[in-house]
Amino acid sequence: MDPQPRIGVYICHCGVNIAATVDVKAVAEFAATLPGVTVARDYLYMCSDPGQRLIQEDIKAHNLNRVVVASCSPRMHEPTFRGAGEQAGLNPYLVEMANIREQCAWVHSDRGLATDKAKWLVASVVAKAARLEPLEAREVGVTPEALVIGGGVAGMTAALDIAEAGFPVYLVERSDHLGGRVADLNRIFPTLERVADLLGPLTERVQSHPNITVLLNTEVTQVEGYVGNFEVTVRGVEEPLGVGALVIATGYDVFNPRRKPELGYGQYPNVITSLEMEHRLAAAEESGPEVLAVNGRLPKKVAFIQCVGSRDVQLGHPYCSRVCCMYTAKQSRLVRELLPEAEVTVFYMDVRTFAKGAEEFYDEARKKRVLYRRGMVSEIYRRGERVILAGEDTLLGRPFDFEADLVVLAVGMEPRADAAELSSLLKLPRSSDGFFLEIHPKMRPVDTAVDGVFLAGCCQGPKDIPDTIAQAKAAASSALIPLLRGTVPAESATAVVDVEMCAGCGMCVEVCPYGAADLDALWNVSRINPVLCKGCGACAATCPSKAIRLQHFTPDQVLAQVDALLG
Amino acid sequence: MKTEPITEQLELFGCIQCGKCTGGCPLARKTELNIRSMIYNMLVEPELDVHAHPELWDCTTCFTCVVRCPKDVRPAELIISLRGQLVESGRIPETIGTALMGIFRQGNPNGMAREDRSAWAQGMEIKDARQGCSVLYHVGCIPSYDLRVQPVARALARALTEAGVDFGTLGTDENCCGNEVRRMGEEGLFEMLVEENGELIRSVGADRLVTTSPHCFNTFKNEYGFDDIEVLHYTQLVAELIEQGRLKFTKEVKAKVTYHDPCFLGKQNGVFEEPRAIIKAIPGVELVEMDRNRERSLCCEGGGGRMWVEGTNKEERLAFQRVHEAADTGAEILAVACPFCLLTLVDAVKVQGLEERLKVMDIMEIVNLAL
Repeated sequence: MDPQPRIGVYICHCGVNIAATVDVKAVAEFAATLPGVTVARDYLYMCSDPGQRLIQEDIKAHNLNRVVVASCSPRMHEPTFRGAGEQAGLNPYLVEMANIREQCAWVHSDRGLATDKAKWLVASVVAKAARLEPLEAREVGVTPEALVIGGGVAGMTAALDIAEAGFPVYLVERSDHLGGRVADLNRIFPTLERVADLLGPLTERVQSHPNITVLLNTEVTQVEGYVGNFEVTVRGVEEPLGVGALVIATGYDVFNPRRKPELGYGQYPNVITSLEMEHRLAAAEESGPEVLAVNGRLPKKVAFIQCVGSRDVQLGHPYCSRVCCMYTAKQSRLVRELLPEAEVTVFYMDVRTFAKGAEEFYDEARKKRVLYRRGMVSEIYRRGERVILAGEDTLLGRPFDFEADLVVLAVGMEPRADAAELSSLLKLPRSSDGFFLEIHPKMRPVDTAVDGVFLAGCCQGPKDIPDTIAQAKAAASSALIPLLRGTVPAESATAVVDVEMCAGCGMCVEVCPYGAADLDALWNVSRINPVLCKGCGACAATCPSKAIRLQHFTPDQVLAQVDALLG
Repeated sequence: MKTEPITEQLELFGCIQCGKCTGGCPLARKTELNIRSMIYNMLVEPELDVHAHPELWDCTTCFTCVVRCPKDVRPAELIISLRGQLVESGRIPETIGTALMGIFRQGNPNGMAREDRSAWAQGMEIKDARQGCSVLYHVGCIPSYDLRVQPVARALARALTEAGVDFGTLGTDENCCGNEVRRMGEEGLFEMLVEENGELIRSVGADRLVTTSPHCFNTFKNEYGFDDIEVLHYTQLVAELIEQGRLKFTKEVKAKVTYHDPCFLGKQNGVFEEPRAIIKAIPGVELVEMDRNRERSLCCEGGGGRMWVEGTNKEERLAFQRVHEAADTGAEILAVACPFCLLTLVDAVKVQGLEERLKVMDIMEIVNLAL
């Protein structure tokens, strides 16, 4: 390592994102005057290929041994610039970023002050860069097996893909059978195929696959370890199962309409849930429409009510359940076929038919004289053997008291009642609606905050079968990455213990949120597992003996930054 | 009137026009009142001629619309707000003006003399709460003055005395709670009442404040900010006294009873079970339910200022409909727990010629028969 720092500083315009507010040329000129800086430049887009090339050429031409990029948040492009440096022969930990976009240009309007602030931020990071040390990139081995929690369509699909790629999979299911909630359905939209015809072969493939071990009637009770090397305890299985990745596919609960007592569910035989309707439709196919009778009579007027338990802020269910519009279209169509004399009306507030073939299916339903009336039903009460649906037709602008023989409540999905348990078992965050939280709702919908744990299906949020299968396959392929590589990269900016200084007080063990610190039983000094350590620094800040040092955020580096800001 | 300030203030933008508010509104079926469409007007029109909507006075502020709204828009608050505009303009139904003036001058909507407020308790020894007590009993305007409702207050006072509850009242210094004032749109007077009453009630130092009326209960509980005083409707306190064995029945009341949930007690404040617990505890009483009970109880049409304004409803009154529903259960007594419900339903039974079959009584009056 060259003891004399030779720093290159690169100020990004980010188009006008930074340049409109910050005088980037002035910042570059200022940076050139800082101690240790060999070269300072500004450029339109540092993250672009030419921008990266500029850095790489300078590294070679000026023999740079440190690089500072002043641009966006490191969350955005730190991997980009570390990679560029590495390609030019620079240890990635010798590349540092100053955030002059989110923390400067975007939040200020005064050009003069913003430019001054950008200069301080750059000066501060340059001061740190002069004291950076190279860190060794590390890899750890991976147990080439996976475990899937939940034996529904999502879990089975994920398990099959992982198994097909050649890795052993444990499929843990709490109930006594595979198939999950889908097994409760009769026919699916938009093809109207029988569920049994689709689920049967899938289940059969899972059960007979040599790489899949199906564990029924059991559940995961403990999860330890980290990506590549999890130890999963399953009730009834003696040894913990060692796996490299986990897929969570625990599904959802069906909304219980008793929580909306104004709809009279559980009170009138005329009011049933869509799931109960599914069962009746299945039975009607077997034994005729008589099973649809209410109070001994075939219904003449059948009503469907959408959004029961969904899109309802008061229930804490602000989300759309995404399947109810379509299964209602399906069921209402089937009722029209089974009971051609019956009048079928769907009460809705919006009809959402975004899946492939869904709008066309909805068109068919209306053509088969399923009547869609815009307006939600506010309450249901009894009139003789029928019920009255009180609501407003919002297109007519008139309240109605609609008499019906049979009312189907299109109940939505909600997080499983036991989602909190699994969440604490895996330290898996949940979103405010209670479903498991993905890292990013758009860009990373399968990943979780826990490396090596992936989400599939409705445990992450309501979805239909095609979306569930797509996500399950995505989760499987993500889980396969560490299994196929055989190793996983480990964070290098970890905490290290100076055992000479350590008094063995154990405070680091208490504060570590990742369980990475423990006390060596023989020597009574702290040990930090470099694979579990995420480099958060809690232990280093807590240690009363100053025996723990967080690499890449050492006291002299951080103090140099502070001095530069204050100076 | 410009729509935007109110639209902003009440955050009407969250509305998705689902229609559950109007769909559940008992008056929308009878008059031009359509709160969903009113919200839509507020959203899309820059101006609203508030004087062109006499149906604004039809709303009973039963709050079914608020309870049903899936987006937490509070539709009834728009009506209250628009009434506020009318009150400010001075162009309001005369009877509303009279009620508000009565409250302003005499502390009650009927304009009865302030010094007669304790008349209901004639011959009873009721302590002045300011001598110190653990429960402050707020009698309320209607129970204080109305001859049909006074027995309810007397029955409650008797029961509290028999159960050994340390209670008192503010006597002739008691004032209108303002619940209806706010709902008639007279925000200024309401704020004044909150300030004056709040100070007086706090000065008593009681732990609990109990009311005869669910309307007083509602505003004290939700709009006065009494952090250190537990606000109770009498049914909650009496149910507790029965449960604790402090209130004992000595007589039987052989009767089939059905119970009408008042909007301000049930729907709006979730007190469904205590009134029923009292009824069931009375020896000899059999409780039968109407189909529309609890969350679906039909408003009696007496709230939100409707006691003092006729409204545009030319159809059958809700109370008329309600007494038929009660009679259909086979009950001999229709029990209520609200002075307004008592008056509207007593009237309805007479008009509908059901006097032979059905008697309307406050729960407290039935309790009184069994003590």
